[in-house]
Amino acid sequence: MTAPAIELKGISKAFGPVQANKDISIRVMPGTIHGIIGENGAGKSTLMSILYGFYKADAGEVFISGNRTEIPDSQAAIAAGIGMVFQHFKLVENFTVLENIILGAEDGALLRPSLAKARKSLLELEQEYDLKVDPDAVIEEIGVGMQQRVEILKALYRQANILILDEPTGVLTPAEADQLFRILGRLKDEGKTIILITHKLREIMDITDTVSVMRRGEMTATVKTSETSPEHLAELMVGRKVLLRVDKTPAQPGNVVLDVQNLRVRDEQGVERLKGIDLQVRAGEILGIAGVAGNGQSELLEVLGGYATGTGTITLNGQPIDLTGKNSDGRSRRANGIAHVPEDRQREGLIMDFSAWENTAFGYHHDPRYASGILMNNAAIKADTQEKMDRFDVRPPHPHLAAKNFSGGNQQKIVLAREIERNPDLLLVGQPTRGVDIGAIEFIHQQIVALRDQGKAVLLVSVELEEILGLADRVAVMFDGQIMGTRAATDTDEKELGLLMAGVTA
Amino acid sequence: MDVMPKWAEVILVPLISLILAAILSALVILAIGEDPVAAVRLMITGALGSTYGWGYTLYYATNFMFTGLAVAIAFHAGLFNIGGEGQAMLGGLGVALVCLFIPWPHWSMALIAAVVGSAVFGALWAAIPAYLQASRGSHIVITTIMFNFIAAAVLNYMLVNVLRPAGSMDPATARFDEAVHLPSLHEMLAPIGINFSKAAPANVSLVVALIACVLVWLLIWRTPLGLEIRSFGKSHRAARYAGIGAVRITMIAMLLSGGLAGMMAINNVMGEAERLVLNAVEGAGFIGIAVALMGRSHPFGVFLAAILFGFLYQGGAELALWTSIPRELIVVIQALVILFTGALDNMVRMPLERMFLAMRRRPNVQAGE
Repeated sequence: MTAPAIELKGISKAFGPVQANKDISIRVMPGTIHGIIGENGAGKSTLMSILYGFYKADAGEVFISGNRTEIPDSQAAIAAGIGMVFQHFKLVENFTVLENIILGAEDGALLRPSLAKARKSLLELEQEYDLKVDPDAVIEEIGVGMQQRVEILKALYRQANILILDEPTGVLTPAEADQLFRILGRLKDEGKTIILITHKLREIMDITDTVSVMRRGEMTATVKTSETSPEHLAELMVGRKVLLRVDKTPAQPGNVVLDVQNLRVRDEQGVERLKGIDLQVRAGEILGIAGVAGNGQSELLEVLGGYATGTGTITLNGQPIDLTGKNSDGRSRRANGIAHVPEDRQREGLIMDFSAWENTAFGYHHDPRYASGILMNNAAIKADTQEKMDRFDVRPPHPHLAAKNFSGGNQQKIVLAREIERNPDLLLVGQPTRGVDIGAIEFIHQQIVALRDQGKAVLLVSVELEEILGLADRVAVMFDGQIMGTRAATDTDEKELGLLMAGVTA
Repeated sequence: MDVMPKWAEVILVPLISLILAAILSALVILAIGEDPVAAVRLMITGALGSTYGWGYTLYYATNFMFTGLAVAIAFHAGLFNIGGEGQAMLGGLGVALVCLFIPWPHWSMALIAAVVGSAVFGALWAAIPAYLQASRGSHIVITTIMFNFIAAAVLNYMLVNVLRPAGSMDPATARFDEAVHLPSLHEMLAPIGINFSKAAPANVSLVVALIACVLVWLLIWRTPLGLEIRSFGKSHRAARYAGIGAVRITMIAMLLSGGLAGMMAINNVMGEAERLVLNAVEGAGFIGIAVALMGRSHPFGVFLAAILFGFLYQGGAELALWTSIPRELIVVIQALVILFTGALDNMVRMPLERMFLAMRRRPNVQAGE
């Protein structure tokens, strides 16, 4: 029997009081794709950072192809044949592909020989793995899918036999993700070993051979992918049975609540980010905005939420809404009956240093229930926060705890409770479950559907296509600041939406 | 879960910093051939050993409370107001105008008017940098520093060319009328049988400073505006999301800050000198930064830190008077305190945090990435 490509024995790592990795052992056989799945904070990234020499493990051993190996830094990891593709690419934006590939692996003081050599081996790699890129293209001018390929090529150029990919599909369209998986399959056929870190069950099921599940710093199980199911994996991740599908009845759409006509927004550089958006959201329906991140969804939420300016007309229940910024800000939008769960809860939705009760009043701090006269009624806010925390099952249910001390899912529940319990006519929700554990996702989805069932309008922006398809009643796809098409969620599929997300109209 | 318990955060860290500063100061005093123990004894008896010493300590502390609160309130909005010095100078101008040109029947009315006058002048002086920051993005640290110099020049001009009594060679205003004389602690405490030193300059302004501490505390922690100021200071994006206007909060916070710095003038100009002289502020605007840092921008912390710096000021003056320790060394000691409590805060904090972590390491805490 051949030695495993990577074997970890008893890896432990603590950050202060937090045990990020606890006695973790895995074996990854050469020529396989091994998935590591777990919720945010389960310790996946820590484990891979130890393997790549960013962190030093408190205890445990690493074996590469059967030999015990010390990995004190990333140079040692590269020397051991480990290549890493990070979630956020480490590329120099204004360099060419070729320059990025030799960066840090130059042969001498002069660049020309290195570049020539790299060009030659790039050609060989292209043929061997079917990884086509233009070596002279500048990074900032090529798409994210292409940039990711450059990252993979960078690792291969450094003779990597083991490739670690951290959440590789987070920024890709479904089509780009499929391409990536084809490349990974090809690499596997050529004998490379691949470790895929993800929180997406579908990816694990699609391309891995074996999968390890992490929960709270521990490796809870390693199973053959062919012998498991998404439901089983989810249960292993969360520690209890979870409902992966959103449970909802068909929508009962009523009157138009939000009507957007020819909305245009320019950013600070004067670049047009929204190029004439038309959309409507009715009472009792969820309109999902699908699209790859950065195609104008954030700007749409900002302008609807009152903190960006634009041109065009927006009406809410027939009443015009100011877009110029003169009579519009977050506060006036709230007064209009628009509640907003922002995309970035840690930098917008919450103030991380504030207590949960202060965050519950945040944005509504002028409400007469919270402020009597010029002083705030702190006792009333705290009592209200306690009630909300109980209703939304926020753990731990302590209003005095600072927001930063809650997990991602519980932070989101604090924001959601604040916004939903205002009983708004329109709820704007951005990335409701980003960085949220699976157990909390289920609950958050239920709350959004419940608001819809009360006859409220919901505008949902998410880069998770699965979430859009599961939660939304209608789906509008945004690409390059425009809406490429709107479909009923029941009449479409990932393939059709994926094409629209890439800007292809049938 | 915070890394350290609250008491360690607010008491232990500053205390250890202070002790370190004291040890280093003692070494410096040793190095120049003086006896540090005797020096400390002299400082304590000089500053706290008599009602005269207390009177000076509290007088300085009153100045530092105003300027410390001024810096603290700006800190809460994420703004670094280095212009307390200039704002206090202009506050002095406000007090002088109020006291010189209006015949007041009673000191209490004059005091109220002087509070308003000094606050308005200080606030207006802060308003220009605030506006430039809010609407033009000119960095407030740079502009407030520059405004300190402009303030000094303005004051110089006003004292030399406008307010100087005819025939006087001194760039200062005339002495204020006896009617606006503020009661000193001696006069205030005599009716209740306490014989406070007659010569000490501490006066009723101390009470105003204490009221200001309470009001600032109420504003910051108990009002919607305070929540807005603190939100803006923590996260501009979150403030924008909540509909808290950046221009509005920057202006309000700086007006309040400048107003508080200006109010210092009721103590040094109206309470002590009873006329406006050049360089009346004597660096109290800058000490306010150290006071706010050490007091963690909390009004109660500012109160304690102001007393401490008042003690250092008065004790230092005594040292300079009675020993051959040069006055410059007092500045060194003050600088060491500022260095340890302000700039080198993390040097004490980090090991303490690690110590508390080690003490509480438990197996049942959640894992993280």
